[in-house]
Amino acid sequence: MDNVMLARMIFGTSIAFHIIFATLGVGITLMILVAEIMRIIRKDEDYGTLAKRWTKGVAILLGVAIPSGTIVAVMLSLLWPGFMEIVGQVIALPFQVEIFAFFLEALFLSIYIYAADRLSPTMRIVSVFFVALGATASAVLITNAHAWMNTPRGFDLVNGQVANVNPLAAVNNPSFYVTSLHVVGSAYMTGAFVLASVAAYKLFRGGLTEREVTYHRKGLTLSLAIGLIMSVYTMNNGHDTAIMLHEHIPVKLAAAEGLFETQANAPLAIMGTPDPEAGRVVGGIEIPGMLSWLATGSTDGVVRGLYDYPQDEWPPLFVHTLFNVMVGIGSALFGLAVIFWALWFFRRKTNKPYPKWLLAGLVASGPLAMIGIETGWIFSCTGRQPWTIYGIQRTSEAATNSGNLGMLFFLFVSLYVVLLVLTGLVMHYYFNRNPVSKELQIMS
Amino acid sequence: MQDVYIAIIILWAFLFMYAIAGSIDFGAGFWAMYYRKRTDTKAASIANRYLSPSWEVTNVFLVLLVVALVSFFPGAAATLGTLMIVPFCLVLFLLTIRSAFMVYSYSVQKYTNMLVIISGITGLLIPALLISILPAAIGGFVEVVGDRQYVLIDQLFTSPTFYTHLGFGLSTELFLSALLLSDYAKEAGSEETYHVYRRNAIILGPITLSFAVGAILTLIPEAFWMFENMANEWLLFTLSLLAFSIGYSALWWPTKKFGVGRPRVAVLLIALQFGLASFAYGSAHMPYFLYPDVTIYDAFTNEVMFHLLLIGYGIGMAILIPVFIWFWRLFMKDKRYLKQESTH
Ligand code: HDD
Ligand code: HEM
Ligand code: HEM
Repeated sequence: MDNVMLARMIFGTSIAFHIIFATLGVGITLMILVAEIMRIIRKDEDYGTLAKRWTKGVAILLGVAIPSGTIVAVMLSLLWPGFMEIVGQVIALPFQVEIFAFFLEALFLSIYIYAADRLSPTMRIVSVFFVALGATASAVLITNAHAWMNTPRGFDLVNGQVANVNPLAAVNNPSFYVTSLHVVGSAYMTGAFVLASVAAYKLFRGGLTEREVTYHRKGLTLSLAIGLIMSVYTMNNGHDTAIMLHEHIPVKLAAAEGLFETQANAPLAIMGTPDPEAGRVVGGIEIPGMLSWLATGSTDGVVRGLYDYPQDEWPPLFVHTLFNVMVGIGSALFGLAVIFWALWFFRRKTNKPYPKWLLAGLVASGPLAMIGIETGWIFSCTGRQPWTIYGIQRTSEAATNSGNLGMLFFLFVSLYVVLLVLTGLVMHYYFNRNPVSKELQIMS
Repeated sequence: MQDVYIAIIILWAFLFMYAIAGSIDFGAGFWAMYYRKRTDTKAASIANRYLSPSWEVTNVFLVLLVVALVSFFPGAAATLGTLMIVPFCLVLFLLTIRSAFMVYSYSVQKYTNMLVIISGITGLLIPALLISILPAAIGGFVEVVGDRQYVLIDQLFTSPTFYTHLGFGLSTELFLSALLLSDYAKEAGSEETYHVYRRNAIILGPITLSFAVGAILTLIPEAFWMFENMANEWLLFTLSLLAFSIGYSALWWPTKKFGVGRPRVAVLLIALQFGLASFAYGSAHMPYFLYPDVTIYDAFTNEVMFHLLLIGYGIGMAILIPVFIWFWRLFMKDKRYLKQESTH
């Protein structure tokens, strides 16, 4: 296998591993903040207990997010030296500012966890607020660099040398706002659905006391309130992201939709496989005119197809599936949240338990959201291929020419597998040892 | 002063901060392992208590260092990255295991023993790997074939200067951490533990100094250019020696609490000594990042970016320093944290 392929595999796996923990770090800290605020508004200690237990979980997750983030940050220089030479001269600012976001988060997290018993309630909220702010800021800042890779601005490449640098124009690139809003929205959404999953699982399994049921119901409704808001937001903003692709990176949108011919009245293809010979998606469902309407606001709008580009500039065509999975999950989760709230509304006078099928769906929602994050990111990065910096630097030009990559791939993949298993075990063991029933008893 | 020198000085300052914070952090891990079976002193639990809230912050310093290197000197990052991919990846690997276990054991007591051993062993291996970059960067160990560069691992491993650098790195780490922990133990009011760490510091001081001298002397055959440059920095090296002597002697200064030794003074002066010496070493290395191919001038970023970064660091530091001070007070000064009975 060649070096570039190995470098892509190492980097892709590493970042796909980091994103699991990082996204939850962003999403769940928001939920902790919301719970701490609810506790004050409702004067209900159950929300304090929720916040405390979620913090426990987040502490474990961030303990893996931090070193895995360190890995990807250093690997960026190790595996993509050609890329980093340009980054260092053009888009170093978000990386630099991100450091301060990390400091903010690490400092306040240590304070919130190790000094919780010495803080006043206000200082606790202030500390979680800064943890959440730091996490969200890290997501926005790193997405800034990612958005710049998609829509690079702020420099020229003259004979392979960087010239006319304008770092602020680079930061202010056209896809930044819409992309970072999508990333943050989807992270909040994922945090909420993962916590909803946990509560739904407890209710689904049953065997709880009255007191525990009340507690888990509070967790479920709070998570699904945020979950509903964020899924509406993410879908809406995902639409804007697709319009951004239409305007700036049409080849990526064409690959996402499996559109070969440039045309007005372009159809939206759902699932199926794009077939370059046939020039269309085979085995999927086509909705005529829908893609034109989504991308341009009118069925007459012209959407560019893959045939407009030389074939060596096409992304791999399987990104169509990744894109469909992300959008499908977004719609499904929105549907679940709507059903839940409709049921909640009609049954608010009674105290009937939630139906099993709904709970089962909600148990699946957390893992589904995570799959949405993974497929969305892999779509975005792989859909940029063969470019690392779109239109400017090819992935093969960015990659290292060092040997030994095969061994490193093996080393890191085994590390990730072990850490995934261990983190799961630690969570399981900790929460089994300290069941919520104990905490609820102490309180009453 | 030229911009490129401002940049390299900032980079040195970050390196210095990470070297100190990292030494203490990794060293504390080693001491916690070394004393884990001793029930007659609190040496292990004091080291652990220091470690718990501090490792995350230390880790950010590492990221800070890497980002500063890439953004100030993108050219150097590319070459260093290509050459050092294996040692860096091993460091990352070990660091990840260490950090993960740090959190696991905080949540599940069952893992504590394993953590202590893992953080003790990685506490020695990580600094050793990091320090091995220094002798590799003085040149003579890199071969260029076509457009690929290789580190001559076998030649590196058989050169005496590699081992003196290694010895210097490890002894400094243990020396600094023993000093800081003696101060921390004093702050926590644990006399026993204070004496344990004070004794360790007394033993390690001269060892560190000998390795430092050894590292310089073994450079002569490998990199005479650097040795010559070092001779020009004699003033800094003399000051550094002076700081060492006074700092070391502070371990015997009389005090009211526990009778003998002023560890706070010793920590500060030894850190100063380390700063002076590493600054002198770095100056002697100039203008090369990697002798003889990569100089700081070739690798430097553009002026526009440099000035924006400078503003960024200014603002960031101004916001963060108050938080650092609060953090310090909560964990280094607050008696309720220092004296708690059970360890987390
Ligand atoms: C829970 C996660 C999740 C969900 C439900 C959605 N997305 Fe998404 N999407 C992401 C998580 C995500 C992401 C992981 O956060 C990505 C990857 C890169 C990025 O900017 O955000 C992303 C990227 C991304 C891109 C590519 C941006 C680029 O390559 O620059 C588009 C066009 C969309 N999304 C569109 C949508 C639409 C129309 C959705 C409608 C339901 C949707 N997303 C739901
Ligand atoms: C959009 C995707 C990403 C999100 C949402 C995200 C978020 C996070 C979060 C929440 C943390 C924990 C921070 C802390 O507690 O200090 C973290 C750590 C980290 N991330 Fe990511 N990250 C993302 C992608 C990346 C990428 C691509 C890189 C590399 C360039 C990166 C580099 C890092 C580093 C270096 C750390 C460790 C910081 C420390 O030492 O505290 N992240 N990330
Ligand atoms: C956090 C979620 C992310 C995931 C899961 C992810 C996934 C991937 C994958 C799978 C690849 C390999 C692409 C291929 O070869 O087909 C890749 C490449 C890459 N990604 Fe991302 N990515 C993420 C975020 C980011 C961010 C935020 C940045 C910006 C700093 C980034 C920078 C890169 C670079 C530099 C490459 C290598 C060059 C290239 O293949 O174009 N990634 N990523």
